Amino acid sequence: MRQPAAIAELRAKIARIESVGARHETLPFGVEAIDGHLPAGGIATGALHEIAGSPDLSDDAAATVFLAGILARTEGTVLWCLRWRDLFAPALHLAGLHPDRVIFVEAGSDTNVLIAMEECLRHAGLGGVVGETGKLSLTASRRLQLAAEQSGVPAFVFRRASPVDAAAAGSAATTRWRVRAAPSEEMGLPSLGRPRWSVTLERARGGDPKHWIVEACDAQGRIALPAALADGPAAAEARQAAA
Amino acid sequence: MIASPDARALAMGVVPGMTVTKARALVPDLEVVDADLDGDREALRRLALWAARRYSPQVASDPPDGLWIDITGCEDLFGGEIALAKDLYRRVRASGLAAHVAVADTAGCAHAVARHVRGARPIHVEPRRTVQALELLPVSALRIEPGVAAELVRMGFSRIEQLIAAPRAPLAKRFGRQLYRRLDQALGTLPEPIDPVVASEVPRATRRLLEPIGTPEAFEQVIGDLVRDLAAQLLAKGRGARRLDLLFERVDGHVQAVRVGTAKPTRDEPHLARLLNARIGEIEPGLGIEGMTLACPLSEPLAPSQADGLASPAARGPDLPALVDALANRFGQRCLYRAAPRESAMPERGVDSIPALAPPAAIAWEDDLPRPARMLDPPERIEVTALLPDHPPRLFVWRGQRHRVARADGPERLHGEWWRERGAEADAPYTVRDYFQVETLGGGRYWLFRLGDGERPATGPMQWFIHGAFA
Repeated sequence: MRQPAAIAELRAKIARIESVGARHETLPFGVEAIDGHLPAGGIATGALHEIAGSPDLSDDAAATVFLAGILARTEGTVLWCLRWRDLFAPALHLAGLHPDRVIFVEAGSDTNVLIAMEECLRHAGLGGVVGETGKLSLTASRRLQLAAEQSGVPAFVFRRASPVDAAAAGSAATTRWRVRAAPSEEMGLPSLGRPRWSVTLERARGGDPKHWIVEACDAQGRIALPAALADGPAAAEARQAAA
Repeated sequence: MIASPDARALAMGVVPGMTVTKARALVPDLEVVDADLDGDREALRRLALWAARRYSPQVASDPPDGLWIDITGCEDLFGGEIALAKDLYRRVRASGLAAHVAVADTAGCAHAVARHVRGARPIHVEPRRTVQALELLPVSALRIEPGVAAELVRMGFSRIEQLIAAPRAPLAKRFGRQLYRRLDQALGTLPEPIDPVVASEVPRATRRLLEPIGTPEAFEQVIGDLVRDLAAQLLAKGRGARRLDLLFERVDGHVQAVRVGTAKPTRDEPHLARLLNARIGEIEPGLGIEGMTLACPLSEPLAPSQADGLASPAARGPDLPALVDALANRFGQRCLYRAAPRESAMPERGVDSIPALAPPAAIAWEDDLPRPARMLDPPERIEVTALLPDHPPRLFVWRGQRHRVARADGPERLHGEWWRERGAEADAPYTVRDYFQVETLGGGRYWLFRLGDGERPATGPMQWFIHGAFA
């Protein structure tokens, strides 16, 4: 019976053609619940990822630090393409991304950000390329995805002030994340604990959407599942699945 | 004859062209210094060479007291035409010269505006507004003989708009073609090539072409040849290029120039050729380009280095200088930077921009202070409900939206930097701020502050502002 072997070979071929997480490394989050759910076992390098906050400034701020946490675990220089200067660099450092590793490019407009990103993605060996933009057309996302595949650099498009309930436009990105601020744990004190985010995987090539509540990045850029929730909902879901 | 009176003499009525005796009659204690016309011309040439090194390859001196600088294609390195003009003005003033600077579409218009519009700042005539800029100026602004200008004024043509409106033939017959040539040059209907000054010691390579060329492929070919010649010259001198000027000479005598800069001295041929090729699109070849010149007005010592041709691109790491140069030549040098800490009590001044390829600062901000990821600059006013004096807000209204505060942390008091602004800041508003981190019911974290310490009104009016958002 040669059929299973042939099918496996065809599948491998398709994977090669689509180049899904095969050739490049991945950047795991270090959280089993999230890494296990992603087809690549983490954020695939050599691919384009979309990250969005919401029109609320605090959600965009959360998405910024979420992104800084991912990049803190890469090596090499990070190119961060901005439209204008509203990013406050010390916050990136608080998430473990040292200022010496980041070069900011102030491109001035959405179009220029995409041009700058594509230029950066032609250079292999960078730690990552980030572009902050409002809109991303299907064509632009394809170009970035191809450029990222060529160089093996992880590429992130940060959709600024992206409306939450907007119909998701087509995109060639491998994953799409939405990060929003979530109420933090009640400590019984009139002060603030570790921030929490609601992280939604809205789209993943070869995977399913999912939602997590996580605790924000620590000084090494690592996110974590809240202690009380680490077993709770996941276990509940497993029970539901079993039933 | 008086050649050039200073500002005080002018105020007393001494004008150029007056005899010394008459001037002495007006101002008995007038101090007369012999004019050194050759010295002036030489100084102007030196100023032109300086401008050619710093601003644009196309600079010509316009005796007795003017400089042409064709900044087409060079303004990006400074962040725009206005920024370039300001930089020029500031530096010329700092060297002790009085200057008038004007930027316009045509040389004639800039010439007229710089000399006839009063102002202590560089004047910027917006693109395609040449006619409006010229209309109200006197006809003498057109670089015509003083006699012709006086005659025109006598005939009732005092402003340029009247000259534009008048029928051409009779005036051309009376005053010759020069009058309308100057007018058309100022309006941009006649081209006016400038004859750039050249510093002799600058490495340069030139190709005269047998047939005029006009296609990007042909330009790339010639650029490749020029870069090879120039790189050989630089190697012989042990220097690397920091700035390159490429001049395209069109068959009609018009010269177009592009200027590229590099972040580090280099004579890497493919890299330089790539930078220049990226700019070909800006050239209007017209009927064809018959000559191209590549010059290196700014170079720095660069020792020969061993080429590591055997290592693979991945092992060598990314070619950061090449990437930084490509981006800087497209978006401007100032748009590419790294952030570095700066000692400052005010958070918005605590971030310094350093060049993208500066050596690693190896220091960072203190880790224990919470700082927002997104900053609002300037801070925006908000309406707050809070219990005075030192309680955090319960509710704030920002951009028309109500945010109910669930938890808060603070205050963190920041004092102004009294050593700045000659001590004035110590008592000026925006100097004492009490910062609170608040978390709204939805979980969003914001950075709010209240101006003033609540005791001395001079430190602030106790108004609330939002300054950013946390993760």
